[in-house]
Amino acid sequence: MIRVRLERREVTPAWLQVAIPIASVLVTLVLCAALVRAAGADVIEAYRILLLSTFRSGYDVQDTLVKAAPLLFTGLAVLVAFRAKFWNIGAEGQLMAGAVAACFVGERTFLPAVSLVPLMIVSAALFGALWALLPALLKVRLKVDDVVTTLLLNFIMLYGVTALLEGPWRDPKSGYPNAPSVRIEAEFPLVPGLGVHLGVALALAAALLVWWMMSRTTLGFRIRAVGHNPAAAAYAGIGVGRVILTAALVSGALAGLAGAGEVGGVRFQVTSDLSSGYGYAGIVVATLAELNPLGAVPAALFFAIVFNGAGTMARATGVPIYLADVIQGVALVTMVAGRLFATYRPRLVRPLAPAPAPGPEATPSPLAGRGGGVAAEGR
Amino acid sequence: MSAGRDVAMIPDARPPLVAMRGISKRFGPVQAVADVDLSVAAGDILGLLGENGAGKTSLMNVLFGTYAADAGTIEVDGRPVAIRSSADALAVGIGMVHQHFELVPRHTVLENLLVGRAGPDGRLTRAAALERLARIGCDYHLELDPDRLVGDLAIGEQQRVEIAKSLVRGARILVLDEPTATLTPREAEGLFRALRSMAARGMGVIFISHKLGEVLALTSRIAVMRHGRMAAERANDGSLSKPELARLMCGRDLAPPEKPAMAPGAPLLVLDRVSARGRVPLRDVSLALREGEIVGIAGVSGNGQRELADLVAGILPPASGTIAVAGRAVPDPSPRRMQALGIGRVPEDRLTTGMIGAMPLSESMALPWIDEPPFSHHGVLDRRAIRAFAAAGIARFDIRTSGPDARTGTLSGGNLQKALLARELARGPRILLAAQPTRGIDVGATEFVHAQFLALRRAGGAVLLVSEDLEELFALSDRIAVMYAGRIVADLPIGEASVERVGLLMAGVEERAA
Repeated sequence: MIRVRLERREVTPAWLQVAIPIASVLVTLVLCAALVRAAGADVIEAYRILLLSTFRSGYDVQDTLVKAAPLLFTGLAVLVAFRAKFWNIGAEGQLMAGAVAACFVGERTFLPAVSLVPLMIVSAALFGALWALLPALLKVRLKVDDVVTTLLLNFIMLYGVTALLEGPWRDPKSGYPNAPSVRIEAEFPLVPGLGVHLGVALALAAALLVWWMMSRTTLGFRIRAVGHNPAAAAYAGIGVGRVILTAALVSGALAGLAGAGEVGGVRFQVTSDLSSGYGYAGIVVATLAELNPLGAVPAALFFAIVFNGAGTMARATGVPIYLADVIQGVALVTMVAGRLFATYRPRLVRPLAPAPAPGPEATPSPLAGRGGGVAAEGR
Repeated sequence: MSAGRDVAMIPDARPPLVAMRGISKRFGPVQAVADVDLSVAAGDILGLLGENGAGKTSLMNVLFGTYAADAGTIEVDGRPVAIRSSADALAVGIGMVHQHFELVPRHTVLENLLVGRAGPDGRLTRAAALERLARIGCDYHLELDPDRLVGDLAIGEQQRVEIAKSLVRGARILVLDEPTATLTPREAEGLFRALRSMAARGMGVIFISHKLGEVLALTSRIAVMRHGRMAAERANDGSLSKPELARLMCGRDLAPPEKPAMAPGAPLLVLDRVSARGRVPLRDVSLALREGEIVGIAGVSGNGQRELADLVAGILPPASGTIAVAGRAVPDPSPRRMQALGIGRVPEDRLTTGMIGAMPLSESMALPWIDEPPFSHHGVLDRRAIRAFAAAGIARFDIRTSGPDARTGTLSGGNLQKALLARELARGPRILLAAQPTRGIDVGATEFVHAQFLALRRAGGAVLLVSEDLEELFALSDRIAVMYAGRIVADLPIGEASVERVGLLMAGVEERAA
């Protein structure tokens, strides 16, 4: 009988770093094909529309890039935090904090017009960072579980903002539970030649900057060291608590920038459905990128393509648009499962000696006669 | 196949208990085990020797079903068997006692014996287990109180539980991987007595150790592995000696450490009645370490040595008392401060506190100095300098690795220790703290590590050597301080220390004030 068993790898080959995400995306699509079938659509046709409708026109490409920007920001936010083993599930709330700050600044009539966009960006990063600092402080000072606090702070932020929008911050002109729109001068300029707002370029620059920080600076070095082995980092004189706080600040700032982009480039106001899950999707982006800042770029693009294509696919084939969310969830699972192969190598195993007889009963245990209490060898 | 001949009682006709033939195992580019034959007859105690990475552990993992061999067969009682898991191994009577025990501390001895126990007739009953435990106790000198919590037992007793676990499950071939690394001399003697009585009753024992003395004293045959192959296999009939075994293992002669007499100079590190919290709280520890001196700290594992090392490393803050380095009090010791004061620090756990397994070796080696030139300038890493530093250490200390970019975790214990020493010695420390510096590393690497200590001593530096290996302490130390229950119960010049005296002190037997 041949079995598959896992053996620990001494080294992880470099090609696996690329192969595992690609393979897990493919496995995800295969698994989700069952749902497409169940919806009564042709799998190939549905996937063709899902993945290729982005490339039909320049407008679709722009739309995808605009969707990819917040995914990239939150993906970077999550991966910086995860590198330090600060389990930041709170990018959703930090994005919202950034959006609130950006919108508030963008509405101020007393500010000089030219200062609006830079101030929005800075204040969004600052507020996102502060919202992430809170759970990080609780973790470092009081050892409060960061998964729980970062997750729950999302709801505190979301419902807190909703309460503001229903009350004091409601747009007096429209009467809808939205914040008043930002000033015209606060709308992000378009990147020349690309037709996408400034936030998209910022996200791409952030990916490069985070990559540089993580691999080329002492801060990135300390974040990696603390994440891999806090005991060894502390022994070597690295202030583990400070590094976690710093990573949390960077992480929250990146998520806050996603909020700035949504307010300054897409919605021009805060609404309670502003984020639509970008913060959570960032976890999937970071995982698919294997916590590599440059890998986050294709990962964010992939999900932007899926989110954009899902609508077209739904209209054309009748497959519900929620397939995009299912793909996102399944991709997280297959990716986490796929990581196993980075550490372990699957091996086909044959018995060392040919099995003497077909059934386990026929295999006499060498100790059978000794009453030594041994199980027969078969299973 | 001469296995049976060494033990007169066993006639040649009978097949060995276990025979491994032509075993090969490859990990990626590394041939860990190459075409190895090994057999153990009833009544044999086989010593299995070899440097780190020689393939001993891989071979035993094949025997125990942890790895599948690429080639080769295993026979038990002359019959071929397929061992694909530890359950298979136990089923054919092969038991293994790992270096790290696999016990549940909050359960009693008996409960630990019953965990996961499945026989052909279903579960082993309490009564049957009690009876077997009692029989094992008197047959093999493995007395155990079945109702005590394992967590309350001393290391030596926990090891007895591990052995009893294998025996209760019907093991007739017992593999022990460095069983004496954490035992006191007295506990080790007890273990040897148990192993001898097992052999006398027809069991087979495979004993893996780096301590040549005990291998010579205990075993009936000795097999030496080198570079994955069986380098030699001899009857232990008095013709073998330590230097010869060392030569077989390393392929070269080892020089005994040279320790010229030196008059100690000014005090470098002084602890004055320091107390500290910890798992084993330190109480009123006073100790002086002077120029040109190696001070050994002896003690049974868990008597405050780890806390003492953490204190000197700056990771454990003192609650009271003072620490002075080179005549100056250190008011708030921290890892950074101790480092800056010229203390090289080699922690007990090479991979959990010393280096970072997931990072490249070069980064692990630059870890404590990463904020300083040449490793970084204004917060930006100088990756060339980081790699060059590692490459220099690799060359100077002959560290076996694929290079500075190798993942730290892939290095063997001995090479990790060399890398750690290279890192800590690179900045010319006056004081070196070394906790269990040669635990689990082979004779060649041990010789190298010891030579580094002696070189530092010759240069007027000082070494605080925390070790559970008495042979090492006696070979190197100028003074030996014995710890018991968080206190230093004796501080003896090497001339006044004997193994017996230190052993008694380690066991908590008080001496009358001299």
